Amino acid sequence: MEPNELTIHELQAMLRDGTTKAVDIAGSVFKRIDAVEGAVHSYITLLKDAAFQAAEASDRNIREGTIAALTGIPVAIKDNMCTVGVPTTCGSRILENFTSPYDATVVKKMRDAGAVIIGKTNMDEFAMGSSTETSFFGITRNPWDLERVPGGSSGGSAAAVAADMCIAALGSDTGGSIRQPASHCGVVGLKPTYGRVSRYGLVAFASSLDQIGPLTKDVEDCAIMLNVIAGYDPKESTSVPAPVPDYRSFAGRDIAGWKVGIPKEYFVAGIDPDVRAAIEGVMKIIEDLGAECREISLPHTDYCVAIYYIIAPSEASSNLARYDGVRYGYRAKGDGELLDMYKQSRSAGFGAEVKRRIMIGTYALSAGYYDAYYKKASQVRMLLRRDFDSAFESCDVILTPTSPVPAFRIGEKTDDPLQMYLSDIFTLSTNLAGVPGIVVPCGFTSKRLPVGAQFMAGHFEEGKLIQVASACERHLAATKRRPAL
Amino acid sequence: MKISKEEVEYVAHLARLDFNEKEKDTFTSQLNEILMYMDILGKIDTAGVEPMSHAISLTNALREDVRGESLGTERALSNAPDGAGECFRVPRVIE
Repeated sequence: MEPNELTIHELQAMLRDGTTKAVDIAGSVFKRIDAVEGAVHSYITLLKDAAFQAAEASDRNIREGTIAALTGIPVAIKDNMCTVGVPTTCGSRILENFTSPYDATVVKKMRDAGAVIIGKTNMDEFAMGSSTETSFFGITRNPWDLERVPGGSSGGSAAAVAADMCIAALGSDTGGSIRQPASHCGVVGLKPTYGRVSRYGLVAFASSLDQIGPLTKDVEDCAIMLNVIAGYDPKESTSVPAPVPDYRSFAGRDIAGWKVGIPKEYFVAGIDPDVRAAIEGVMKIIEDLGAECREISLPHTDYCVAIYYIIAPSEASSNLARYDGVRYGYRAKGDGELLDMYKQSRSAGFGAEVKRRIMIGTYALSAGYYDAYYKKASQVRMLLRRDFDSAFESCDVILTPTSPVPAFRIGEKTDDPLQMYLSDIFTLSTNLAGVPGIVVPCGFTSKRLPVGAQFMAGHFEEGKLIQVASACERHLAATKRRPAL
Repeated sequence: MKISKEEVEYVAHLARLDFNEKEKDTFTSQLNEILMYMDILGKIDTAGVEPMSHAISLTNALREDVRGESLGTERALSNAPDGAGECFRVPRVIE
């Protein structure tokens, strides 16, 4: 196998015993990018020169005996995380020429851990989308079937990991944007508990829901990445000063005696039969491992889409007010007054989906409608959170499908925003409740499209997610297959 | 109808967006469909339920009032579409 096809932990062992070098790993990753990036389009910006410099520095460090958690490992960063001195576009025309003057905390942590940053990945504009089709810089294609979407909004990161165009990647997840593309591309993706990872330097979409997390080739790599990025950040006032356990130590532990909740509301009509069969296969594995699957109820599940598509656009309409053509970003040319300049810059700089959400949010927050929409949604959000609190009194983790259907065809849902929103039904609840969720590949449909199983746990119980996902992974062959590009 | 074309124009103004006639029609119809879907929330009795504003319980995040590192004028202005010295230049605001 080529180095670019291996995992972080496999490569780290090889770097330690001298059987490979960081520059050779970077070389194999860029060779793969040269071969398949034209077909997949995972990246908005590639940082080849900087990557080889970082790889050479990694090799020097290894020779001197200093090796950190990610030394010499090529990683990709979603293009909504500020990366000093290079473009951070958010997939938007409005930030096309924005060069970040500082590093996001997660980017700094990746560098401090020795990671080799190879590029910035494509995404739905401002992370608003479920298919990576709303990027100003063009669509990303699913490596398993180039006529299908990779999911979104972290579709570039998921496709890059699946196609071996990086070893691991960071994504962000506001309503499923790490987990749904992980499922559609057959990789592992984790959305941490709200507050577990600093959002400093992550371009804000919906501040009460956004969270950064890893996309990786296996669960152990996911734990390694989480170890690096988790923790309190004095620059981010919603990051939580809770201790960070060694998440890697949870991989490999057994789950005998665990209770795994199966929420009946997630197994309703409309689920693709192949997806259902793959999740039922995971239930069987769980039982074989000595844990018990029990039916539970999360009664407010049906309301997730309505709650989310009020709260997230409301927060977005406020967060995106900053793009006014004054301090940074696109400014329309013209000889009008200030108000004209604002309107022209924003109208030319934002794409249709971003405008649609700004409109929904502005409407929901406007005088006369606030109580009926934003306040009502926030109240039902509280009821949804209570569903989870009581569910976790009787089970260790919850198992659900990630998405009702596998990766859909490019263009299939672009004309019908509500249908696109409804495809997020199973991933929105964790963001609304603030709990963590992991997706692990668990099978394929008859058309050879990957399916991922989603596990959720209580606040700050990422260790349990690593534990259950790695236990299942060992009995699933799904992670061993590769797309035939 | 949840939202009329005139309301779409008003909300667009609040959001500092401009739309042509075709966009206004599309947004009016799409926003209506989306807002009608939101009606399902009306089925739930939320009397006395405290609205949830954040995903986890947070108290105020306070720190000592000491000066830390900041971006600096040059870097803060480095992306300005029209920077002028230590300022951001904008079109005329008042007559």
